[in-house]
Amino acid sequence: MSAISTSTLPRISDRRRYADKAMRGLLLAATLIALVPLVLVIYFLLKRGLSSWSGSFFTTDPTGSFFGNPGGIRSAIVGSLEMVALASVIAIPVGIGVALYLTEYGRDHWFANLVRYFVDVMTGVPSIMFGLFIYIVLVLGHVGGTFTAWKGAIALSLLMMPIVVRSAEVVLLLVPGHLREAALALGAPRWRVLTKVVLPTALPGLLTGSLLAIARGMGETAPLLFTVTAAFGLTGNLGAIMNSLPVQIYNDIQSPRTAIVDRAWGAGLTLVLIVLILNVIARAVARRSRMA
Amino acid sequence: MIPPETTSKEQTDMSTAGGPSERSQAAGEAPATGVSEKQRTGHTVKVKDLHAYYGSHHSIKGVSVDFPANEVTAIIGPSGSGKSTVVRCINRMHEEIPGARAEGSVMLDDLDVYDTAADVTAVRRLIGMVFQKPNPFPTMSIFDNVAAGLRLTGTRGSDLKELVPRSLQAVGLWDEVKDRLQEPGIGLSGGQQQRLCIARTVAVEPEVILMDEPCSALDPIATLRIEELIDELKERYTIVIVTHNMQQAARVANSTLFMLDGEVIEHDETNKIFTNPGDERTERYVTGKFG
Repeated sequence: MSAISTSTLPRISDRRRYADKAMRGLLLAATLIALVPLVLVIYFLLKRGLSSWSGSFFTTDPTGSFFGNPGGIRSAIVGSLEMVALASVIAIPVGIGVALYLTEYGRDHWFANLVRYFVDVMTGVPSIMFGLFIYIVLVLGHVGGTFTAWKGAIALSLLMMPIVVRSAEVVLLLVPGHLREAALALGAPRWRVLTKVVLPTALPGLLTGSLLAIARGMGETAPLLFTVTAAFGLTGNLGAIMNSLPVQIYNDIQSPRTAIVDRAWGAGLTLVLIVLILNVIARAVARRSRMA
Repeated sequence: MIPPETTSKEQTDMSTAGGPSERSQAAGEAPATGVSEKQRTGHTVKVKDLHAYYGSHHSIKGVSVDFPANEVTAIIGPSGSGKSTVVRCINRMHEEIPGARAEGSVMLDDLDVYDTAADVTAVRRLIGMVFQKPNPFPTMSIFDNVAAGLRLTGTRGSDLKELVPRSLQAVGLWDEVKDRLQEPGIGLSGGQQQRLCIARTVAVEPEVILMDEPCSALDPIATLRIEELIDELKERYTIVIVTHNMQQAARVANSTLFMLDGEVIEHDETNKIFTNPGDERTERYVTGKFG
């Protein structure tokens, strides 16, 4: 019996070596191609957006004047935050409620599966459809005025809700069954098992999912176009028309005047930054929960 | 180890099936194991003609067995023989599994556990359970874990500052954790976590404690500690322990139940089961010829 060494193993064929190199190269090329548009978007955003940023850019509202000073984007930032806040107040509790029904009560019941199916369908519905739906039902129906901020918020909440449901369902399913059993075996009624054990255990994940839904809602233009339209001035009145970042970008970019187009870039960079911050917070929350 | 004020058994609102003498008669049907009369402050569990199903799978096929008060009864048998299912039928945890159901009767003294008028949460408060894997609540501190049973059942008026230390003392964990009660429960070692779970169960002041392979995830030293604890706890509780470990059954149990394919093959004094079993299948199992 001779001892085992490298020379006793079968030799690696040249074909295997070349195939390995070629496939590695292909995968690297695919990655680089995918990175090109991403890098370009960030490059142009920074190049065109940063130059329009200034102190007054964030502290003044758009003036609406074509020839004079175009003004900043304060009302757009505040308006976006107001509408997304209202949309979140609607979408997050309802969405988590639906997810709780699906994981804790409905399970494999046919109705739960039907709900799951419709939530999936809603995730895939183009955002403009939510805008059109609210336009037809609430705007053309003259429910509490024509174009108002709260209608835009409802359109946004319809878009956010399926995202919240899907992410919350995944997180709730991750809560180990033995924790539910431990609580039930102590004699806890199911609602207390949910409020004191399941929800607190899933909380970081629920927060992450909700923040991602909020980030998605921040960037949507279509649900707001036919429901809120746009305004110039700052307002806290959800029953009136309101400015928002995506709609301001949409309007500004069509302007023939360079100063106004530049404002669109500045607003775009602001929007991307807000969404980025929300994502970073969501990731930080998720990571902290994994360490716990 | 157990503070005397915890043994106020006679004042519980549950029917206690008469005095100690009557209960010892009931226990007389089960093997005599030499527990003295005055220690019998616990309650008897009687399972009669129990059938359990997982969907269409018939897993428990007519089990009848008495678990005498203040004794440790071990259930042994190969994997899939229905040991855990029997135990989970006693506190109605079996029905929490989708598609699972049970038939037959489980009596805790005179209380029919499956009575439709009986509140299942109240039943589970009387019959505590310790699981195979230590499962402290990860979001809660050591203190909160012990208090969890009371908070989860909405019990008010209990003095947690007194009850939590007492429960931790009962499982011998107090000295190890008294300086870090606010730290998370999952920061403890496996054996400590399991004792924390037993403390959590004891804090609700049940009458019966079911243990489903409580040591199978623990090292030998932690196992020994739990076994000593079981021996102490039987002064106050009726204990049913499912175990894969036959030495463990021999060490802790007054009587032992051998199960095979959803049926009870033999129930006798532990000593007899391991030295002179009445059934050939029991003998082959305890001597390691199958299972």
